[in-house]
Amino acid sequence: MALMDKHALIERNATLLLVGSFLVVTIGGIVEIAPLFYLENTIEKVEGMRPYSPLELAGRNIYIREGCYLCHSQMIRPFRDEVERYGHYSLAAESMYDHPFQWGSKRTGPDLARVGDRYSNEWHVQHLSDPRSVVPESIMPRYAFLKNVPLSPKGFSTQLVANVDVGVPYTQEMIDNADIDLAAQANPSADTSALTKRYPKAKIGDFDGNPQQVTEMDALVAYLQMLGTLVDFSTYDEAGGYR
Amino acid sequence: MTEKHIDEISGVSTTGHEWDGIRELDNPMPRWWLWTFYATVLWAIGYTVAYPAWPLLTSATKGVLDYSSRGEVKQELAAASAAQEKYIAAIKAKSVDEIEADGSLRDFATAAGAATFRVNCVQCHGSGAQGSPGFPNLNDDEWLWGGSADQIYKTVTHGIRFADDADTRTSEMPAFAEMLSAVQIGDVSAYVASLSGSVSDPAKVEPGAKIYADNCAACHGANAKGNRELGAPDLTDAIWLYGSGERAIAQQVRAPKNGVMPAWGARLGDVKVKELAVYVHSLGGGE
Repeated sequence: MALMDKHALIERNATLLLVGSFLVVTIGGIVEIAPLFYLENTIEKVEGMRPYSPLELAGRNIYIREGCYLCHSQMIRPFRDEVERYGHYSLAAESMYDHPFQWGSKRTGPDLARVGDRYSNEWHVQHLSDPRSVVPESIMPRYAFLKNVPLSPKGFSTQLVANVDVGVPYTQEMIDNADIDLAAQANPSADTSALTKRYPKAKIGDFDGNPQQVTEMDALVAYLQMLGTLVDFSTYDEAGGYR
Repeated sequence: MTEKHIDEISGVSTTGHEWDGIRELDNPMPRWWLWTFYATVLWAIGYTVAYPAWPLLTSATKGVLDYSSRGEVKQELAAASAAQEKYIAAIKAKSVDEIEADGSLRDFATAAGAATFRVNCVQCHGSGAQGSPGFPNLNDDEWLWGGSADQIYKTVTHGIRFADDADTRTSEMPAFAEMLSAVQIGDVSAYVASLSGSVSDPAKVEPGAKIYADNCAACHGANAKGNRELGAPDLTDAIWLYGSGERAIAQQVRAPKNGVMPAWGARLGDVKVKELAVYVHSLGGGE
């Protein structure tokens, strides 16, 4: 073939080789990068999603720090068995404020995408402290120390600012009140009207059974208790979300 | 340099390149390999036409088969519930008591309820419904909020002390650490322990009985048999949710744990909750 015989030309001409290589990389780059600018259209339009409250975000940081994602996924796939076990399949919208997302790739333990409101706070604390006291078959490690690690709300707003930098729509008001909101959510006697206005459906209470201080256990349980509870599926356009 | 050249030894044509007199043989690809390769290319093109594939500005191409994994799971769920339609419609229409009275319907509901139980309830109540410390055993005869099928149905639907359900069962044992002295708490704990076993110091029992009558009888009853309207447990039997013995009782008097159970009505739907009620009612402690 005549064209195929021309490669000697490129092999002997460094500039031409460079131009040709650049063209190939450019095409590959466009194909791989351009769709990322249109990610928005893969996210379903839903009611109810909001950024994490400061306490939930702190809990999420602990979830990541302790490597929970290594054994627990947060992704209910659209299969009948998963939907019947865990609930409605996960939507892209439900992890749009996750940086990084916690979909996971392995289930040594069960999926946690909709664990919120499934069990009581007491159960979570007992189960995290000593998993085998409630689930004898469990092989999960103990996380009892979380109850003894106080969570300092000081300077937590920087976490929100970092999330804003990667595209989470925290408002200035949320950032200014981050430290207050963090403490208030774990305090059943605090005035939380402003908190629930900023973060609708936020669970409020003394999560770890110790009202004296806000601990990492409070934060982690607050995070677990909101997982999968935000989207209002009664208003969700199911057919519109078919992929 | 690209003139045709046949290698003298093997008789195979070369690529035409020459490096210091060395040439490269140009053996053709095996035909079967080449045609398989072409077939996969064709398959890939067909696939992207048939199935959702190419990202466009506002959505991706849908594919001529109009396939969607989310649509498929909906069909599968619909097919599964259609296969059980006879039973599901009957469960929907009947009360839990009526379901239990109907033999084949009861069998269906018990099996379905057992499956739902294993997925959602065993984490607290145990894989054999035997409970764990703080979470009640469902096999025995002690029921905090009532053990009839209808009462179980209500508890599962609305939960216990579950903040997001307006009809949830609710009551709160006060923390008596603020109302009674340490000695009084010791006495009343000794009295309560004496109802079902022996105590360390029998002298405490009598003053304890007086404190019980003043503070505890309103909910737990003068005879300490409990009150299911309030979820107040029977204190005369050997079944203890938060531990038996004076020490555990005193702890519960001082700073009580008030257990929480989530409401399952909204999450699972009425049919599954009815099935669960039938199953739990069948466990042996049913009334």
